[in-house]
Amino acid sequence: MMNRWARIVFLALLLTVAAGCATTNGGDARDPIEGFNRAMFSFNDGFDQAIARPVATAYREVLPAPVRGWVRNFFANIADLWIGANNLLQGKPADTVTDWARFAFNSTFGIFGLNDVASEMGLEKHNEDFGQTLGRWGVGDGAYIVWPFLGSSTVRDSVGLIPDIHFDPVLRHKPTGVRYFMAGTRGVSKRADLLDASRIMEEAALDKYVFQRDAHLQRRRSLIYDGNPPRAGREVSRAEEPASGAGKGLEAAVRLLEQPASPAVSTGG
Amino acid sequence: MLAMFVRLATAAATAGLVLAGGAQAQEMAPDALVKSVTLEVVDIIQNDKDIQKGDRKKVIALIETKVLPHFNFQAMTASAVGRNWDKASADQKARLMDEFKTLLLRTYASALAAYGNQKFDFRPLRAKPTDTDVTVNVRIMQSGSQPVTIDYDMEKRPGGWKVWDVRVGGISLVANYRTQFDNLIREGGVEGLIKALYAKNNSLEQPSVAGAQKK
Repeated sequence: MMNRWARIVFLALLLTVAAGCATTNGGDARDPIEGFNRAMFSFNDGFDQAIARPVATAYREVLPAPVRGWVRNFFANIADLWIGANNLLQGKPADTVTDWARFAFNSTFGIFGLNDVASEMGLEKHNEDFGQTLGRWGVGDGAYIVWPFLGSSTVRDSVGLIPDIHFDPVLRHKPTGVRYFMAGTRGVSKRADLLDASRIMEEAALDKYVFQRDAHLQRRRSLIYDGNPPRAGREVSRAEEPASGAGKGLEAAVRLLEQPASPAVSTGG
Repeated sequence: MLAMFVRLATAAATAGLVLAGGAQAQEMAPDALVKSVTLEVVDIIQNDKDIQKGDRKKVIALIETKVLPHFNFQAMTASAVGRNWDKASADQKARLMDEFKTLLLRTYASALAAYGNQKFDFRPLRAKPTDTDVTVNVRIMQSGSQPVTIDYDMEKRPGGWKVWDVRVGGISLVANYRTQFDNLIREGGVEGLIKALYAKNNSLEQPSVAGAQKK
C-alpha cells in the first residue's frame, strides 16, 4: 500500500515539475498542471455520475437517517485518534485531549462510536490531517493536483496523504475482506453526506473545475488556520497576489509566524 | 392643558416610533440582525407547507423579501469582478449586478432546501462598538462532524449593516467567483461574462430542485 502511494506521489511530483516548466500564458500560478488536472477532473466526474453518486443516492434512500448517522459517527470516531495526534504535532495539546476524550467517551458511552455523545457533552469535533500539520509547520500548498478517485489535493497535501493512509485504522484492518467493506462503506457514507453540497456547487458554478479548485484551496487554507485565517483585504484580486508558488509558501510561513498559536487552542469555548 | 400636551406629544412620539420601525431594525447590531433574520427565515421554512413540499418559487420570494435587503450587491459584484469592474459601463455594471444577484439567489434557495433541522450556534461578536466593518460568526452543529462555520462580512452603511461577503466553511462566495469571472472577461469581455451569467441563470430553470427536499 505504502509503496504504491509513494510511487504515485513521486510520479506526480515529477509531472508537476515537468508541467511547471511549461506553464502557458493566462494559466493560474497555483495550477501549473491544469491540463492534466482537468483530464483527471472529468474522469472523476464521469466516475461520480456513473457510480459514486447513484450508489450514494441509493444509500440515502434506503437507509433511514439515524442508521446513516451511526455509520457516519462510527468512522468519525475512529478518525479522532489520528486527528488528536495531528493536533499534538501542531502544538495544540488541549485539542488533542479533546479529541482523545471524544474517542474514549464515544467508544464506550456512545457504543463503539455509533453515537456522538461527546459533541452533546460539549467536546467539539476537529478536522485535522497531516497535510494541515505540514501547513501549520509552514509548508506552502505547492501545485494543485487532482487525483483519480481522491479528487482535489496539492503537492503538500499529497505528501500528507502518506502518513494519513498509513495510520488509518480502517485501512490497516485485517482480514482484508472486512477492510475493503469498511473502506467502501465509509466512502459511500461520505459521498452521501455531500450529495446536497455537490448539487449546490453544480448550480452555482460557471466553470465547475475552477469553482471546485478555488473552493478547495480556500477551504484548506481555512482548515490550516482552524477557521481563522488572516483576513484578506476586500478588493484584493488574484492578480495582486504573489505569483510564484515559492512566494506563496513563504508568505504562508510568515503569516504563521505572525499568528500567535493561542487562538487555535481556545476553540473549545 | 399641560397633561393634554404631554399626551399628544406621547402619541406623536409613538406614531413616530411605529413609522420608524423599519429604521429601527436597520440600527440593530450586526450579530443581532443575523440572528433574527436567520431564525425568522428558518421558522418560516419549517412551518410553511408549500415550502416543505418543495415550492421553489416561495423559497425564492422569501429570500428576496427577508434576506436580500441586508446584502450589498454592488459591493459583492464589484469585489467578485475585481480589477475589471472599472472597465464596465454603468449599464453593464447594473446588468452584472442583476445576473449575479439572481445566481446567488438561486444558490441560496438550494442551500436552504437542504436544511434539515440542524442547530445554530450564534457566536458573540468580537468587535468594538465603534467598528464599521465586522464579521459575524454563525455555526451549524452536526453530530459526527466539525461544525460548519458561516461568516458574514458586514459593513455599516447609511441604511444599516449590509453583508458584502459570506464565507461557508472558510470558502468566500465572492472570492470563489473571482477567477471564473476573470477567465470569462478575458475570453469575451464584460459582455461575455454577462452572457455566461445569463445563460447559467436560465439553464437553472429546468432541473428539478424538488428532489433535494428528500431527507
